[in-house]
Amino acid sequence: MINTSDILETIAMIEEEHLDIRTITMGISLLDCCCGDQKASCDKVYDKITRKAEKLVFTGEQIEREYGIPIINKRVSVTPVSLLVSGCQGDPVQFALALERAARTIGVNFIGGYSALVQKGFTPGDEALIRSIPQALAETEHICSSVNVGSTKAGINMDAVRLMGQVVHEAAVATADKGCIGPAKLVVFCNAPEDNPFMAGAFHGVGEPDCVINVGVSGPGVVKYALSKIPDGDLSDVADTIKKTSFKITRMGQLVAQQASKRLGVPFGIVDLSLAPTPAVGDSVAHILEEMGLEQCGCHGTTAALALLNDAVKKGGVMASSHVGGLSGAFIPVTEDAGMIAAARSGALSIERLEAMTAVCSVGLDMINIPGDTSPEVIAAIIADEAAIGMVNSKTTAVRVIPAIGKQVGDELDFGGLLGGGPVMPVSTISPQKFIHRGGRIPAPIQSLKN
Amino acid sequence: MKAVITVVGKDMVGILAKVSSFCAECNVNVLEVSQTILQDMFCMIMLVDTANMQVPFTEFSEKLEGAGKDLALSIHVMHEDIFNSMHRI
Repeated sequence: MINTSDILETIAMIEEEHLDIRTITMGISLLDCCCGDQKASCDKVYDKITRKAEKLVFTGEQIEREYGIPIINKRVSVTPVSLLVSGCQGDPVQFALALERAARTIGVNFIGGYSALVQKGFTPGDEALIRSIPQALAETEHICSSVNVGSTKAGINMDAVRLMGQVVHEAAVATADKGCIGPAKLVVFCNAPEDNPFMAGAFHGVGEPDCVINVGVSGPGVVKYALSKIPDGDLSDVADTIKKTSFKITRMGQLVAQQASKRLGVPFGIVDLSLAPTPAVGDSVAHILEEMGLEQCGCHGTTAALALLNDAVKKGGVMASSHVGGLSGAFIPVTEDAGMIAAARSGALSIERLEAMTAVCSVGLDMINIPGDTSPEVIAAIIADEAAIGMVNSKTTAVRVIPAIGKQVGDELDFGGLLGGGPVMPVSTISPQKFIHRGGRIPAPIQSLKN
Repeated sequence: MKAVITVVGKDMVGILAKVSSFCAECNVNVLEVSQTILQDMFCMIMLVDTANMQVPFTEFSEKLEGAGKDLALSIHVMHEDIFNSMHRI
């Protein structure tokens, strides 16, 4: 029989340390739904999603009960909608509304893929979609949007960066009466992964199969608890402990992914090895860094501690799963992490520190409230800085900042649920306007020439 | 399939009897039992075979977990594979 202490350890991880499967995300290709006529295409989109994902929520709940492991979200990601817009013209928002209807029918909490990939340039469909993002996010509840503006191979499309500065601002204005929720569902990427199961940046890349199951695991609380048992260990011990814990967490993700794939009759894609925090106490990435010995997240040493954490999570997880993909690393979304929120409130954590942290972990400047009067050029410049870090380091980076309309530094903005809430953080107001308005492309770096 | 039932709580008369008679009612075969008492805390782990179970698995686990709550015991019923996959390579 299985060792008693192993059984009790697993139960304690789930009951007390917030171990969960963060998301089962079904990727669905919509390339066969484009037929020239927009109305007919929208109907095909609705039909395909509701057919393929009909049993997604039910199956997720069944696995949850049988295995006793909470599965927090069941979601769908689709082919970047800009490809459909290119194929059949018309108002892109109609596709967002069709996706919204599908999300409500099947009961998922988000559909991601209102997206465009424009790292080298826009097609007319891409541009139409990007310009429609603020309206689409304001008129829907369950739709997430993302735009890829750069890659190591292609460089950075600075025209797209400038446009996204405006779009983020407009998305906040369009949803000002709903707590500026729009930009919380909008991610601007560099090197966007095509199989990411996490929102808001999930979309189903064109290199993916027709339908696929991707799973994202979580478990910052488990890692923190494991570290609390070695208060005097050196950093090699810390790294080893994180690796072992990450292995166990990922094995659970692999099991759930295989079960979901088998029961739904859909191929298994990847497990995303991520430490995704929630605002709940005891589920914070910042608290892991503090457990390592930082007085508060954001002090000097934070970047080094995060680099160690991120690397150990990957090393432990990679052997536990047959296919690893997505973002895979530690997430640092400020408003979704109790420790980050506290550090931002006390002033220990600044956007500059967060930017440095994004160079060594997955994703980037995530869920950061900024003053509502921040100019679109400054937002664009924040995006350009992040994209440059991603481009040069051959990694994914992203920006999801929320201009809090009508609010100033120190005010609070809350979204509720998993998105959390937190203080408005200060942003440099020195103008990058001339640089941003130059437009054009930042050429791909020399490290892109690997062939 | 095989499932693991864990029962943790304050020791009292008849815990093992209650859980095992509920298993019998549902035609669930008990394969192994291990139990320890740490200070006053009762901790029991049962490996059971649910292949011929007469009720759906979710109903079985919900009822047993509910019965545990009435007695202030924490009872979990989980598929064996979750422990195997987490702790064995």
